[in-house]
Amino acid sequence: MTFTGWFQDLLGVDAGYLVATLLLILAIIVPVMVGVAMAVYADRKIWAAMQMRRGPNVVGPFGLLQTFADAAKLFLKETIIPSGASRGVFLIAPMISFVLALAIWAVMPFDAGLVLSDLNVGLLYVFAVSSMGVYGIIMSGWASNSKYPFLGGLRSAAQMVSYEVSMGFILVSVMLYAQSLNLSEIVMAQKGNVLGLLNGNIFNPLLFPMAIMFFITALAETNRPPFDLPEAEAELVAGYQVEYSSMTFALFFLGEYANILFMCALIPVLFLGGWLPPLDWAPLYYIPGFVWMLSKMAFMFFCFAWVKAAVPRYRYDQLMRLGWKVFLPLSLFWVVVVSGWLMFFTDKFATAPGSLPL
Amino acid sequence: MTTAVFSFYLFATILLTSAVMVILSRNPVHSVLWLIVAFFNAAGLFVIVGAEFLAMLLIIVYVGAVAVLFLFVVMMLDIDFAELRTGLSRYLPLGLLVAGVILAEILLAVGSWRAGDGIQMFDVLAGTPDGMTNTQWIGSVLYTRYLYVFQAAGLVLLVAMIGAIVLTHRQRVGTKRQDIGKQVQMTPAKSVRKAQPGVGQGVDL
Repeated sequence: MTFTGWFQDLLGVDAGYLVATLLLILAIIVPVMVGVAMAVYADRKIWAAMQMRRGPNVVGPFGLLQTFADAAKLFLKETIIPSGASRGVFLIAPMISFVLALAIWAVMPFDAGLVLSDLNVGLLYVFAVSSMGVYGIIMSGWASNSKYPFLGGLRSAAQMVSYEVSMGFILVSVMLYAQSLNLSEIVMAQKGNVLGLLNGNIFNPLLFPMAIMFFITALAETNRPPFDLPEAEAELVAGYQVEYSSMTFALFFLGEYANILFMCALIPVLFLGGWLPPLDWAPLYYIPGFVWMLSKMAFMFFCFAWVKAAVPRYRYDQLMRLGWKVFLPLSLFWVVVVSGWLMFFTDKFATAPGSLPL
Repeated sequence: MTTAVFSFYLFATILLTSAVMVILSRNPVHSVLWLIVAFFNAAGLFVIVGAEFLAMLLIIVYVGAVAVLFLFVVMMLDIDFAELRTGLSRYLPLGLLVAGVILAEILLAVGSWRAGDGIQMFDVLAGTPDGMTNTQWIGSVLYTRYLYVFQAAGLVLLVAMIGAIVLTHRQRVGTKRQDIGKQVQMTPAKSVRKAQPGVGQGVDL
């Protein structure tokens, strides 16, 4: 019997469904929030190690509780609302950032069948929610009624809209290959897809360039270095977050890291074979898929932190050039290449899926 | 009241309220934000009727792209509402006249409109066929039966895009552009020249 079914027997169909779904949402959100706390710690530790520093090492064993100490400090501070600010929008903006960053986890498959909502348009849902993420930033920039936040908000809006376009085309080539928009089916389509031996689109020469481009686009979408222009501290103080303090700032911060973690989970699902082991070899399947998924997420997060430590910030015109003049034509061309290959060299589109008699 | 009915009334109420707020808001940025709420709830209505593909597209295209650009432009406008409201009484009769004419035209058009004889409008209300997802169903109709309409829509968009580029693109003289290919190909041999100028002589650049 399913988890939801058990509650429905106990409490009736509607109430049981509601209670079971709420519990499942909690079962995702609580680990995500703990993961965010650990991710912040890991980020600082990796960054410190690459610069030959120690990083946080005072609060708790190895400094593990540093993030919680920071959070407690933020909670105890006063929430300041600037007198010229548009109060409603000013307060709603961080909430939007945070809620969207959590809502996007609903379709993430952690293992075979271990997913809250197995939407058949899962990838579109991910794209839709991540494209709404820009509102938190642009609203906060405008509502602060201050120069630096406004400039940060404008930069961020332009940057995210620019990179969303090429991200969309990269997703199109992946979904063409998998012939599905469902994230679980996209993972299963990667099983043994390279010579029947390797799991994962990244090992496929056809999709390898897309994997690299998706990683860079993910950095730009999450405002991570080298694309952290919206909060470039040398020019804009802290960008759109300047006027925020206490909880409102904490919500932005948590939302940002939840988004980064999500991208670290989405790249494995799209390109590294999700919960499948990298080799399509029977003994490897004895390790639970969940473990594979988490280790791939951890690896991707290390890559994110690595890039942050290693690469200087882009200049704004270079950022726009990369997005519009390099990534957009390249990803558009690659959609043509992938669909052409699938048309002429495979039988995937020999019959249109479920063609209507017209 | 089932969940679907409840959600329908919830989304519909919020949709209509925010649509009214778009007009009533005093601040243009607030208007755009209410418009976004309206888009979002319209997507909710699409989900209820089982058109999840359209719902997601509505959010991606309108909320994620079009409305961001709206907001972008409106945020940078400097609108003085006191000035806009002057002369309201002078223009009110003319405005009411135009509104009345348009309303009458809409009523006439909708009242007398019926679908062409060859088109069966509502023959597919039964829901998606078995074994097909929403997306496949739309694709199988859009790229076969409605191919020409689809292509024509693409052409219209292309014309609009070219028009926008032609209107806004200008070639500025005297600006220095960065050519990354050139920069990467630069070597010390190409850019450095040894010179040993004599006393009192300069170097030819």
